[in-house]
Amino acid sequence: MHGALILYMLIALFPVFVILINSFKTRKKIFREPLALPDSESFTLIGYETVLKQGEFFSYFQNSMIVTVASLFLILLCGAMAAYALAEYQFKGNKWMALYLALGIMIPIRIGTVAILEMMVATNLVNTLWALILVYTAQGLPLAVFILSEFMQQISDELKNAARVDGLSEYQIFLTIVIPLVRPALATVAVFNMIPIWNDLWFPLILAPAEETKTLTLGSQVFIGQYVTNWNAVLAALSMAILPVLVLYMIFSKQLIRGITSGAVK
Amino acid sequence: MTALVVEGVNKYFGDVHVLKDINIEVNQGEFVVFVGPSGCGKSTLLRVIAGLEQANSGNVSIDDKLVNAVPPAKRGIAMVFQSYALYPHLNVRGNMTLALKQARLNKTVINERVAKVSQMLDLEDYLHRYPSELSGGQRQRVAIGRAIVREPKLFLFDEPLSNLDAALRINTRIEIANLHKQLSTSMIYVTHDQTEAMTLADKIVVLRDGVVEQTGTPMELYNNPANQFVAGFLGAPAMNFLPADLLSNGDTRTIGIRPEDLAINANGQLKTRVQHVEHLGGDTNLIVQLNQHQLTVRLFGQHNVEESSNVNLGFDTSRALYFDTNGARLD
Repeated sequence: MHGALILYMLIALFPVFVILINSFKTRKKIFREPLALPDSESFTLIGYETVLKQGEFFSYFQNSMIVTVASLFLILLCGAMAAYALAEYQFKGNKWMALYLALGIMIPIRIGTVAILEMMVATNLVNTLWALILVYTAQGLPLAVFILSEFMQQISDELKNAARVDGLSEYQIFLTIVIPLVRPALATVAVFNMIPIWNDLWFPLILAPAEETKTLTLGSQVFIGQYVTNWNAVLAALSMAILPVLVLYMIFSKQLIRGITSGAVK
Repeated sequence: MTALVVEGVNKYFGDVHVLKDINIEVNQGEFVVFVGPSGCGKSTLLRVIAGLEQANSGNVSIDDKLVNAVPPAKRGIAMVFQSYALYPHLNVRGNMTLALKQARLNKTVINERVAKVSQMLDLEDYLHRYPSELSGGQRQRVAIGRAIVREPKLFLFDEPLSNLDAALRINTRIEIANLHKQLSTSMIYVTHDQTEAMTLADKIVVLRDGVVEQTGTPMELYNNPANQFVAGFLGAPAMNFLPADLLSNGDTRTIGIRPEDLAINANGQLKTRVQHVEHLGGDTNLIVQLNQHQLTVRLFGQHNVEESSNVNLGFDTSRALYFDTNGARLD
């Protein structure tokens, strides 16, 4: 059992490992011995120097960070509120609303790219980070609502009634009782959404290609030319792009574990 | 002054009529137990009193104030739930103080009350623990503590002992009885267990299918039940019911005899065969067969009765109760 997991881990980590070691090698060595570790002869920081000297890198980085964090925040907030309404309150069309929201899981948002672009042009949002944040929020909501409402249905009614007797308003019950109890589900949703948003090239390229709104993935493309590609810089940029996702992932996975061990009603 | 008045309360879930014209009065300081089989509407009634459920018609007044439109937190009640419903992400202190903070009481008052209650319930050492780190009995005490700190006018207990094991249940039952003496606040307690009802209540309300079958002190209900259901529901072992036809031909009534009112008597009218003998030490229960009817006989003290032997049973006719074919009491 462990053997299989270790094998899978090695396979999954191998590309990351190759990117990391090659980002520290000279261009010649990258092509001659792509799998060799950097040694005193082949070691170089030229890739990182190029990336950092290109002053825009930090701005790209910042854009990616803002888009990812803001989108995640909105997905979790709106998703949790919608899920709670669907899970807790019986109203007419409750089931249809849930189905309608879940439909988004099955329809890829990219089909609507042209319409989205037209909408963004009409609302003057092209080349703003808001364009990306809104699209990613819409993209993440269906799955978020689906997962969170499943979890919220499992919270016992007695707990919510106890809170009502204790004088909490419905909003306070949502914020101080329900949200902490579905933290593991929130972390799951966050992790599921974070990586595609961070890595996305499609929407930044179409909706926000301006220099001041470029994301990291889009920004790294400047090193890939039609005829010459600066591989050192591309690999260095990719290596650095891994770090923040790793940090975010670690934050969420910690929540995940803490949430599971927090103890249930009885 | 009355702690609670329920007048003409009706409640429907869709087409199902779960509470049918309920009228109940609870006096100040009284311990009232709602008892009945599961599905009789006792928990729904409690939730209507708490304000967690809206009645379709009728009035609920707490402390002489009409509270139909008052939210649960402002009704002056505190509730203890069956599953305890402790907030898993708050420690014991957090669980007990949430309602007080919500009511914006000042810190010194909150601390005083928590100190008093945690001492009363022996929870002082656990104030910083989380519910998942407590045993079932401790969680139960926290749930009760959370209700007491609010200093309510009326306590509502929803089957609070049903998650505890038998030994702990008896201890906690006594603790609740003591608590009632100490606090002398009115309490309403819902249970399906007739022993809990008999041991705790000043007044028992027996419910069946959303109807109040009878209200009275435990001994009134035991000695003078209004109908066959109440007679059979209260008392353990349960009352024996026999067609009176067995004793006098053509009699359509049903005769009810408490197990302790039956006695072995060589001249007894009931000729039975012993099926099983339960030796409890203090008591001996005989399970006997009379034609196709099974009877329970409760003998005080220890008796040696052979299984599958024949015994004649007699009873004091003045202690027997008679019911008509619909289960209504006849006299």
